[in-house]
Amino acid sequence: MAVLLLGEVTGGELNVDATSKAVGAVKALGDVTVLCAGSSAREAAQEAAKIDGVARVLVAEDARYGHRLAEPTAALLVSLAGDYEHIVAPATTDAKNIMPRVAALLDAMIISDASAVIDAETFERPVYAGNAIQTVKSKDAKKVLTVRTASFEAAGEGSPAPVEDATLADDPGLSKWVADEFAESDRPELTSAGRVVSGGRGVGSKEDFALIEKLADKLGAAVGASRAAVDSGYAPNDWQVGQTGKVVAPELYVAVGISGAIQHLAGMKDSKVIVAINKDEEAPIFQIADYGLVGDLFSVVPELTEKL
Amino acid sequence: MKVLVPVKRVIDYNVKARVKADGSGVDLANVKMSMNPFDEIAVEEAIRLKEKGVAEEVVAVSIGVKQAAETLRTALAMGADRAILVVAADDVHQDIEPLAVAKILKAVIDEEQPKLVIAGKQAIDNDMNATGQMLSALLGWSQATFASKIEIEGEAAKVTREVDGGLQTIEVKLPAIVTADLRLNEPRYASLPNIMKAKKKPLDEKTAADYGVDVTPRLEIVSTGEPEGRKAGIKVGSVDELVSKLKEAGVV
Repeated sequence: MAVLLLGEVTGGELNVDATSKAVGAVKALGDVTVLCAGSSAREAAQEAAKIDGVARVLVAEDARYGHRLAEPTAALLVSLAGDYEHIVAPATTDAKNIMPRVAALLDAMIISDASAVIDAETFERPVYAGNAIQTVKSKDAKKVLTVRTASFEAAGEGSPAPVEDATLADDPGLSKWVADEFAESDRPELTSAGRVVSGGRGVGSKEDFALIEKLADKLGAAVGASRAAVDSGYAPNDWQVGQTGKVVAPELYVAVGISGAIQHLAGMKDSKVIVAINKDEEAPIFQIADYGLVGDLFSVVPELTEKL
Repeated sequence: MKVLVPVKRVIDYNVKARVKADGSGVDLANVKMSMNPFDEIAVEEAIRLKEKGVAEEVVAVSIGVKQAAETLRTALAMGADRAILVVAADDVHQDIEPLAVAKILKAVIDEEQPKLVIAGKQAIDNDMNATGQMLSALLGWSQATFASKIEIEGEAAKVTREVDGGLQTIEVKLPAIVTADLRLNEPRYASLPNIMKAKKKPLDEKTAADYGVDVTPRLEIVSTGEPEGRKAGIKVGSVDELVSKLKEAGVV
């Protein structure tokens, strides 16, 4: 029984949090081999080798894997799949792009966003925006899955595992990278942040979202947004927390001007402490908040920022 | 250019799914059903390509129960030219897995020969986020998932994608599969005259067996349960009280 796990490598760097949580999720299933692919991936591989539970690291360092395009990366995973029963990745946007392609090429049904690993064939996953949890048992010879990192503890550090070169696979040459547009930010990354401050439709405008950002910066928190705020153009899509955005489980989640639609709750209800600030005392967000404050966010948020 | 758009009939976006007491699934009897919101965005994008003169024909396809014909009528009312319904289940509670859906769609595409497929990125019922990617794999086509912008340039499509950290733009060779994310467009409402007109547009009915696809699930659903609940806490009266509570809880 062996596991092949796609390490999350972006711009040559390993996302240690996402990768080690994915390792933590599946290490009980067998020896874990982490694959680090990218135009530069060797340093990331050295990092991955230090994650406890990793038996071996494979490096695929080549320009064809430079921007995590689905077709070449999926071809690489499929070419390596023979030795493994489980092919796994943390459920990032890159992996959500790549892993279903891998599954179909192996004639297996993807198990997306697993939130618990019961045994080698049985997994739990949220459906209907987290309003139900399905336990599914895979009948496929190879199990291809993505894991919801917010549901698992990171594997700690261990003694370094050996790093080897992977045999590269042919690039199908179907697509090419044109440009990235990443906002530079000193804030913590949303899915791994210990604190998150999110704004909703109640914030009212893109300009007023600065209130949310100021509070976040005071707390050293990441900034999130509800789908309604993203829809209205107040915040970029990669800030979206919820069913179709990111799933977070920080120590502290502050929801400002967010009513609490089920789609939003799906992305944050596993947070340890939830604070809700909303002028509508009937807002559903108060039904799950540990501390609720009914009030006008335009006066409450600056006051809170000042007093923290 | 022909554009094909797969659409799924799902529980309405505004309805809260209820787990059945016996753990056998989610109760869908007498629940309002609608077109999956991301599929609406996909239909809208295809229609806009037609309005721009880039696409000549828009074909909507749905795979599921007979009632999915209603969902296809919605796509036709929005502006799709014709529709294909592939009946693959009798019971509204039976969800056809993305792998089987992709196999059926591949067979439809082999016949229809579209140059572009625009699908929703995720169905809001099973939350799999997989059908487009799987279809692309089976066809050996290029894929551009989570699109927020699509530009057709000759034999290629330039697609801007929503990814962790921001946006990525890639160029994919046609034919290609694109999956629609939230900000790609805002879908139109079908007007009453168009709803009337849609009733006369062609809707072919097929079955999964017509395409020789076995839809037996690969994932056996052992049980469906309620997520762990979360209780409401307390209301605080002031910012000062909130700050002191957060300090007590040790989170600030």
